[in-house]
Amino acid sequence: MNSDEKPILRIKGLNKFYSGGFQALKDINLEIEKGEIVALLGPNGAGKTTLISVVCGIVNPSSGTVSVDGYDIIKDFRKTRSIIGLVPQELTTDSFETVFNTVGFSRGLFGKPPNDEHIEKVLRSLSLWNKKDDMIMTLSGGMKRRVLIAKALSHEPTVLFLDEPTAGVDVNLRKDMWEIVHELKAEGVTIILTTHYIEEAEEIADRIGVINNGEIILMEDKEKLMAKLGKKQLILDLCDRLSAVPESMADFELELSDNGLQLVYTFTTQRDRTGITALMDDLKLEGIVFRDLNTTQSSLEEIFVNLVEESS
Amino acid sequence: MNIYGVMAIYKFEMARTKRTLVQSIVAPVITTSLYFIVFGAAIGSRIDQVSGISYGAFIVPGLIMLNLLTHSISNASFGIYFPKFVGTVYEMLSAPVSTLEVVLGYVGAAASKAVILGVIILITANFFIDLKIAHPIMMMVFILLTAVSFSLFGFILGIWADNFEKLSVVPMLVVTPLVFLGGSFYSTDMLPQPWQTISHFNPVLYLVSGLRWSFYEISEVSVMLSLASILVFMFACLGVVYYLFKTGYKLRS
Ligand SMILES: Nc1ncnc2c1ncn2[C@@H]1O[C@H](COP(=O)(O)OP(=O)(O)OP(=O)(O)O)[C@@H](O)[C@H]1O
Ligand SMILES: [Mg+2]
Repeated sequence: MNSDEKPILRIKGLNKFYSGGFQALKDINLEIEKGEIVALLGPNGAGKTTLISVVCGIVNPSSGTVSVDGYDIIKDFRKTRSIIGLVPQELTTDSFETVFNTVGFSRGLFGKPPNDEHIEKVLRSLSLWNKKDDMIMTLSGGMKRRVLIAKALSHEPTVLFLDEPTAGVDVNLRKDMWEIVHELKAEGVTIILTTHYIEEAEEIADRIGVINNGEIILMEDKEKLMAKLGKKQLILDLCDRLSAVPESMADFELELSDNGLQLVYTFTTQRDRTGITALMDDLKLEGIVFRDLNTTQSSLEEIFVNLVEESS
Repeated sequence: MNIYGVMAIYKFEMARTKRTLVQSIVAPVITTSLYFIVFGAAIGSRIDQVSGISYGAFIVPGLIMLNLLTHSISNASFGIYFPKFVGTVYEMLSAPVSTLEVVLGYVGAAASKAVILGVIILITANFFIDLKIAHPIMMMVFILLTAVSFSLFGFILGIWADNFEKLSVVPMLVVTPLVFLGGSFYSTDMLPQPWQTISHFNPVLYLVSGLRWSFYEISEVSVMLSLASILVFMFACLGVVYYLFKTGYKLRS
């Protein structure tokens, strides 16, 4: 079963109708490779949490199949659930338990024998060690979020779901989170996270998926996505009006705008050479002088907003 | 079998009791003592004997039943209702634990607590009256079966309830009246007809009668009938629990 080439998560034809008939997931097909970090973006109510909840066993699928590491989530629920860790979107913790005990509880619940060293390691990595004997109710919101992460990591999962892990979290914890995600990736853990912060997806994901109205409208390598849609433009404000782009510079596919007062060069940062230096040399040769220059780039945010608008 | 999972739930539930030690141990000791002072000593001194034994001794099985029932139900129902209420139930739903294991953890803990409580009451009673137990093993069997069955019932109640009112209404409006009308503190043959006959439709009567038999060898219905009825009730609850998890009723949408 367990082979490296197989996707760690495979979702086929997944539909979810909530009681009342509302369809929250529409024919979801998705494969995620071992060790990948996938970010799921999508507006409120898109179905991100529902998707995660189905894979984790909290919500029953209406139709379709989901397998984790080759095991079916319903037939082999013990197998799949013991390798999955989940940090839920909502801050739901016990109140009167101590931090250490609640993390130990999670480890047991997921079928692992007690291992205080592992719990200590997890708590230290989340800067929770000095709070280990504190009652959870005495912690701040951000600290509680850390406790939820510690609980999810308590049983050494190889697939980790983070449902908006950085919502309502300060810059420090967000940076900590990213670091933890990178460390886990280095250990071979597959991570699927949802977020509303595009820069977060840009920062840590290998692949980015966009969900809207229960459908996956895009699933693409981050780099490719940025390359395909993330064009960059260099805009030169000229000192003298130009009537046409000189023949010798046709290769650059420049555009003239603002009545000949602006030259626009479109390039991608993905290539090793952007051609900017060559362009500058040619401009000098042609005696074209500019007073100002700036570059613009479509961010993931723009890409995302455009996509969601198109699909709605 | 996820033994660690069962143990985690069990330990968690028992720890909850430890935090409320006063409420779980001191309170029953005080109420039991009050019962003996009021019913046993004050009123009991005017009631000569019931079915040939002193009134104080007569009420011991009833008192134990009353506590077993109410505490089994409230412990188990609260144990599963609370995680639903605060949302921490997500973890149990996403954990590799089967229905049986969840039930073992919650019901096991609730039943353990009820049994401990029963023993505490027994010890307390010993201070007030001269206790004689004719069939100690049968007594433990009755106490155990009752604790398990009603913990299962409480568990079902906790899953079914979606607000605190529902959680408390069943114990208050159903269980307490049944216990009081079930011959816990009197023998039903002291009742006029038709109440005597009606009493025999009260399931709690069979429990109290069985437990009382294990103490004093007196009973209102045959011991086997008592045993059978508690077993039927237990399996009925097991069936319902199985169905609840099979369908994800009120837990998984
Ligand atoms: N238990 C439920 N019963 C009925 N409808 C539900 C239930 N849970 C979610 N929904 C609906 O399903 C849709 C998807 O919800 P979901 O929580 O998956 O969205 P989301 O993408 O996680 O949103 P957010 O970014 O706000 O967390 C929403 O329209 C929501 O109202
Ligand atoms: Mg969500």
